[in-house]
Amino acid sequence: MPKQGIKKIGGEWFFILAVVLLYILVLFISPSLFSESIRFFSRIFVQILPIFALVFLLMTVSNLFINRQFVAEYFKKPGISKWFFVIIAGIISTGPIYVWYPLLAELRDKGVGYGYLAAFLYNRAIKIPLLPVAIFYFGLKYILVLTLLMVTFSVIQGMLINRLVPAEH
Amino acid sequence: MSDPASPCTDFRRQLGKSLDKSAKTMARLLPIITGALLLVSLFNNLIPRSFYVALFQRNLLLDSIIGCVIGSISAGHPMTSYILGGEFLKNGVGISAVTAFLVAWVTVGVVQLPVEIMILDRRFAIARNLTASIFAIVLGILTMLILHFI
Repeated sequence: MPKQGIKKIGGEWFFILAVVLLYILVLFISPSLFSESIRFFSRIFVQILPIFALVFLLMTVSNLFINRQFVAEYFKKPGISKWFFVIIAGIISTGPIYVWYPLLAELRDKGVGYGYLAAFLYNRAIKIPLLPVAIFYFGLKYILVLTLLMVTFSVIQGMLINRLVPAEH
Repeated sequence: MSDPASPCTDFRRQLGKSLDKSAKTMARLLPIITGALLLVSLFNNLIPRSFYVALFQRNLLLDSIIGCVIGSISAGHPMTSYILGGEFLKNGVGISAVTAFLVAWVTVGVVQLPVEIMILDRRFAIARNLTASIFAIVLGILTMLILHFI
């Protein structure tokens, strides 16, 4: 294969190839584990398809309206309001964590600090639609305490990451 | 005929560019996300529930660390973590361990780490997951102490 051809194949294709090879291995070792995993995969893949559509829409809106100037205006101002925005965005976001990575990468490229991305990801742990289930299992007092602690620690983590991982490193 | 320099034409051009950019990004990420989903599915079926319960030793710090480790390597819908956490509590596992497990499940992603590194940044992904692991243990102990005093 020409060297240029190898260069054109991105790391993402090697990654999926490695996972497919792992599945082939599992198929020979444990066919039941293979079929159970494929069934689980099919189910969650179908579930996240609408979220993909939402992410695509948000990415397009982000590309359209959130340019460097916008970010400089709204995201680079130090203060509580920016943390508040990140916390709310994290809490209301839905779907698996990795579906949001592309949007976060876009925001990072537009100058948003890594700490804010970390705080966003941390707050995704608070799932409003799942609160009734969480209260059912652990009680209202426990969930209230945990939620307040998580919001507080998301800001602490964000500040820490801003120091540990500067925007231009 | 529309004016090529009108704001409407300019917006349409910008919209086309934005859609194109988003489509390219999604196409690049599709194999990564599919791979991650396949890994999550495999881990979810590989680790049985009984394995989790047998691990805890009734020690505040150690159980929190174990809870954090299990939550970190597990992947899947948060609902699953609530069900498992509820079962842990029923089986006598401490609230600090269960909290560390629940928090780590949703804030730490060992399975997704390669994807996070590829899409975002190696240093960021490692720092974020490491601090989230420490915080899961701290939150486990803090939650237990707060609940004890209120």
